[in-house]
Amino acid sequence: MSNSILEIKNLSAGVEGKQILKGVSLTINPGEVHAVMGPNGSGKSTLAAVLAGREGYDITGGEVIYNGKDLLDLDPEERAREGLFLAFQYPVEIPGVNSTYFLKAALNEVRKHKGLPELDAIEFLNLVKDKMKLLELKDDLLKRSVNEGFSGGEKKRAEIFQMAVLEPKLAILDETDSGLDIDALKIVSEGVNKLKRADNAQLVITHYQRLLNYIVPDFVHVLVDGRIVKTGDKKLALELESKGYDWILKGQAVPA
Amino acid sequence: MSTATETIEGLVKQEYKYGFVTDVETESAPPGLNEDTIRLISAKKKEPEWLTEYRLKAYRHWLTLKEPTWQFVKYPPVDFQDITYYVAPKQKTDGPKSLDEVDPKLLETYEKLGIPLRERERLAGVAVDAVFDSVSVGTTYRDQLAAKGIIFCSFSEAVQEHPDLVKKYLGMVVPYTDNYYAALNAAVFSDGSFCYIPKGVRCPMELSTYFRINAAKSGQFERTLIVADEGSYVSYLEGCTAPMRDENQLHAAVVELIAMDNAEIKYSTVQNWYPGDEQGRGGIYNFVTKRGLCKGRKSKISWTQVETGSAITWKYPSCILQGDDSVGEFYSVAVVNNMQQADTGTKMVHIGKNTRSTIVSKGISAGKGQNSYRGLVKIQKSATNARNFSQCDSMLIGNRCGAHTFPYIEVKNTSSSVEHEATTSKIGEDQIFYCNQRGLSTQDAVNMIVNGFCKEVFKELPMEFAVEAQKLLGVSLEGSVG
Ligand SMILES: Nc1ncnc2c1ncn2[C@@H]1O[C@H](COP(=O)(O)OP(=O)(O)OP(=O)(O)O)[C@@H](O)[C@H]1O
Ligand SMILES: [Mg+2]
Repeated sequence: MSNSILEIKNLSAGVEGKQILKGVSLTINPGEVHAVMGPNGSGKSTLAAVLAGREGYDITGGEVIYNGKDLLDLDPEERAREGLFLAFQYPVEIPGVNSTYFLKAALNEVRKHKGLPELDAIEFLNLVKDKMKLLELKDDLLKRSVNEGFSGGEKKRAEIFQMAVLEPKLAILDETDSGLDIDALKIVSEGVNKLKRADNAQLVITHYQRLLNYIVPDFVHVLVDGRIVKTGDKKLALELESKGYDWILKGQAVPA
Repeated sequence: MSTATETIEGLVKQEYKYGFVTDVETESAPPGLNEDTIRLISAKKKEPEWLTEYRLKAYRHWLTLKEPTWQFVKYPPVDFQDITYYVAPKQKTDGPKSLDEVDPKLLETYEKLGIPLRERERLAGVAVDAVFDSVSVGTTYRDQLAAKGIIFCSFSEAVQEHPDLVKKYLGMVVPYTDNYYAALNAAVFSDGSFCYIPKGVRCPMELSTYFRINAAKSGQFERTLIVADEGSYVSYLEGCTAPMRDENQLHAAVVELIAMDNAEIKYSTVQNWYPGDEQGRGGIYNFVTKRGLCKGRKSKISWTQVETGSAITWKYPSCILQGDDSVGEFYSVAVVNNMQQADTGTKMVHIGKNTRSTIVSKGISAGKGQNSYRGLVKIQKSATNARNFSQCDSMLIGNRCGAHTFPYIEVKNTSSSVEHEATTSKIGEDQIFYCNQRGLSTQDAVNMIVNGFCKEVFKELPMEFAVEAQKLLGVSLEGSVG
């Protein structure tokens, strides 16, 4: 048995009879950063959603092994407690639910799952203070309702802040860079880099190679029409930026 | 894995926690309603002649009325001759002089409900009047309150000990001619709480009444009267539960509040009557008239209700803003699940100048529940510069429930302003998935989202009860999302 964190084998999935993922294979080992790029509508967010266990997708083939477990067999909350984290492309607002309260509940679910004692409010606030510095987060955001009225950039930053608190084993970042200004992009990327360890991994979905200047990937995968059509290192991202996706598609009549 | 819609359906595997029956010997009137029944109740309570006459007048008026049908609820006709109007635990002596003389079985019942009455265990900072079927079984902290001149006792005792006060205020806010159930209540009311706060006194603790229906086939018709004299303040809380039974039981109460100059009454209800089962069998019909009179200048009456129980809830805690600069508030959370129906809201009647009212209503519907907000804001000609703000939000859980809003606005003074905002939202799969993705179970996610939705109302409840209300909401909606 391999000791990879994530092993996606020939995964196919769709919605209401429409095939979106058409045989995706991808292996992520501890300590690695993978980037997924691809045109709009190619299935990047769908891949993230299927991995996180969102309802409404039909898995029509393949399997996913996460930490030696059958990932597709777990409920979404179990996946989260097992250390799988999704930074949403569109973070959801929950009116009236205090951000600090929400995140404390989330962290305590993870801790319970690990057999650790739950943190009380004071212990939690101490922990949060350090993480806030990491993301240079304004502390009034934490006093507000979850994502409610946050600007686009604040929402994205708050997602990575949650990641910093929850310390996942596998973090999937879905277009975290979109909506961030240049300074915020730097701060968020540095935050993500500091969270990188030898025993965890990151899967970064993006359209822009700019992000990959900060978060340097070990592998870049190109997803087109539900298939990974090319895999390379960070140079592939630069090539994509200058040549666009057509360039790959031309030389790629048969999927890899 | 189930689909989205299935996920959001199929609530209620949760047993109603307070559904037990206490086995006590009782004495009761024979079922049915006629003048003899009323004379019997009055005699049992050794009431003065004037009160017996008051009841009989109310009864004769009731006979001329028809059961109202305008409310947005459906239920089979109530057979008023099949109800027992007086049921009381049998007492060995003439009535317990102190809580030590109360039947231990009754004390145990209240302990099980989380309301210990015995001196040693009773709740700190909350004085409780415990009403069991048709009678009050005891009131805590009476002496401490009496030292400040505060009267807090059962209605029956008030009739004996403070007849002048009762005679002066009974029916002042809700006359027996007011409506069908108010007339019925005035004829057959059995017990309830009476409370008088003298001039300038701030009541040092929460006052509360806990209503328990125990006997089968009986109705509970209690009457509560609270008078806050000039410059006084009182916060009052009402709680209620009933056993699980297959047949419906009627609860038709009347609550009257009177606030004099600069007085404030805060009235909170956590209503958890048995709601019936998933198929809609059994449960309480909760048909209640609650009204407060802001009689004095700068007086204030604030209603906060959390309604999670009853098969049918039909009530409109209201404020008559008579004194200039008086303030009326209504904060409500109403939850319906399974086959429950609620038609609830408020009336704010502005009479005095510069009167202000605020209405915040949060309706939550799950299962096949139907939830209606019905509210009247009436600005009379005399009410110069009156202000009202209303906000009615509805939340739907699943596809088979309903939310309805019936706002009525009557304005007869052009210097006034009335604002009404309404929203309807569905608990989104997006929100639930987001919470799941952070490790929270679906049930915890729903609780969190619903509690967030109700936050503005919960913050109006006294601390201890806010926590209780949040838990209750969780239990009521348990299973509403798969
Ligand atoms: N619930 C759904 N119902 C119908 N179609 C869907 C659904 N979810 C995704 N799709 C479709 O599947 C395709 C892939 O969508 P997905 O969101 O995964 O793309 P993406 O690669 O993330 O695109 P973008 O770069 O624009 O974020 C799109 O054509 C989208 O319209
Ligand atoms: Mg996407």
